[in-house]
Amino acid sequence: MAADTTSGGGITLAGLSKSYGAVRAVRSIDLTIAAGETVALLGPNGAGKSTTIDMMLGLTRPDSGRISLFGMPPAEAVAAGVVGGMLQTGSLIPHLSVRELITMVASLYPRPLPVDEVLQLTGTAEFAGRPTGKLSGGQAQRVRFAVALVANSDLLLLDEPTSALDVEGRREFWASMRAVAAQGKTVVFATHYLEEADSYADRIVLIAQGRIVADGSPARIKARVGGRTIRATLPGADLARLAALPGVASADRRGDTVIISSAAPEAALRALLDQYHAARDVEVRGSGLEEAFLALTTDDGDAALPVQEVR
Amino acid sequence: MTSMTYVRYEVVRNFRVWQFVFFALAWPIIVFFTVTSANRHATFDGIGFPLYFMAGMAAMGTISGVVSRGSLIAAERSIGWTRQMRITPLRAGAYFGAKVLCGYLMALLTVGAMCLAGAMMGVRLSAGHWLAFAGLLLVGLVPFAVLGILLGHLLKPEALLPAVAGTTTLLALLGGAYGFLVATSGPVFEVIRALPSYWLVQAGKTALGHGGWPAEGWIVIAAWTAVLVPLTVLAYRRDTSRV
Repeated sequence: MAADTTSGGGITLAGLSKSYGAVRAVRSIDLTIAAGETVALLGPNGAGKSTTIDMMLGLTRPDSGRISLFGMPPAEAVAAGVVGGMLQTGSLIPHLSVRELITMVASLYPRPLPVDEVLQLTGTAEFAGRPTGKLSGGQAQRVRFAVALVANSDLLLLDEPTSALDVEGRREFWASMRAVAAQGKTVVFATHYLEEADSYADRIVLIAQGRIVADGSPARIKARVGGRTIRATLPGADLARLAALPGVASADRRGDTVIISSAAPEAALRALLDQYHAARDVEVRGSGLEEAFLALTTDDGDAALPVQEVR
Repeated sequence: MTSMTYVRYEVVRNFRVWQFVFFALAWPIIVFFTVTSANRHATFDGIGFPLYFMAGMAAMGTISGVVSRGSLIAAERSIGWTRQMRITPLRAGAYFGAKVLCGYLMALLTVGAMCLAGAMMGVRLSAGHWLAFAGLLLVGLVPFAVLGILLGHLLKPEALLPAVAGTTTLLALLGGAYGFLVATSGPVFEVIRALPSYWLVQAGKTALGHGGWPAEGWIVIAAWTAVLVPLTVLAYRRDTSRV
């Protein structure tokens, strides 16, 4: 139980690989996470995040490589109750109330959190008496979080934990997540939202096509992939002139709409509105992660150039 | 690690599904009273009909009670709950243990209720005979409990309901649970004698003869269990390596 005092104090993935037929889901991932860190595995769908988490939970057997969770292989760590997890998919068993379900799961762990505390922390207390089969999608998602949380495990692995939640639900979820992380737990969560990774992780591990393509602080990662796309209705604009504006990396056109890529969107926007009074329907968006990853992985023709921040 | 709390909620869930309670408990009793009231003084297979039919309905109800665990397993697999349980300290053995225990608890209730119903229809047995009857039933259910787990891993929930109903009905029918045997001699009877359900129904008859089943009965039950257990382990392994 005294996980952090054992020899392998943190989490180590070494040369982890997994293929499904011809699909190489995870290609030789090496990753070390210190106890107490909150790490986001950030990547587009199909990047290998879920496969990595499933292997860490002992649900999927790696083709090669090694996983150590506080000095233990996954199956042993799961059996000892030092790992708790929230899987990407899954529903709750019916015919029990929320409180009964949490109590049932809590009874499986050697040192669970008090059920009432978990109900409070996850915002499920208000519907604790409701049958699990009669919850909204967002409520069910919170109960699933409660199921993972009640384990009181040293390591919490969450696979896209906010996928079924609305904006308010996400905010509440992360608020309770922060409370958990503040207790010194190690938290690893998978997400494809840069904002989520940026706001709630100490460290972002960028995964694309089964490989780690970048690993560092949120600020550093954001600088690499956090470009913005500005769209505006601007008939007949000269693309070359647009591309020459301050902060603009490139400009493109689709019908009457111009699409501007920018790493410094504030400067670009200021210049655009200043010089083009006709610009309408202006919209600023984060670039899609897929495009950012594509850029990262094709930069030098070889993806095996992970950017490691000195830690 | 397993826990009484876990088992308790497993049982609670079971009793909140009226279909489980109805088909394992109420249905055999209803059929028993309906059929026996008209044949109270008849004899069948060498014993009084109420005793024979009591054993038959107890076999049918308890088979339904333990095999239907499979539908819970299939449902929990399909919604991803099994995966969620696999990342807790709950061992696979304890997961199935709780299911079987719950099926057996249901079976105990069925046996108790059927004994009561039998007594109301004039079945008179000594305390030792009642115990022998109930004991043999519970032993004879072992292969059915394993069968439930096997079906739960082979089939999807929507296919499982007809599969459980069909298997239960067919085995109960061939075993003579409904008050007649499709054959009482010849090769068909030999096949029937190789079915575990036949020996479940015979528990009522053998209870009168003190000594339990003849060796053949024990062998049939043991052989079915010996074949079903490795198949079930295989199905479980195949299932967990895939998901």
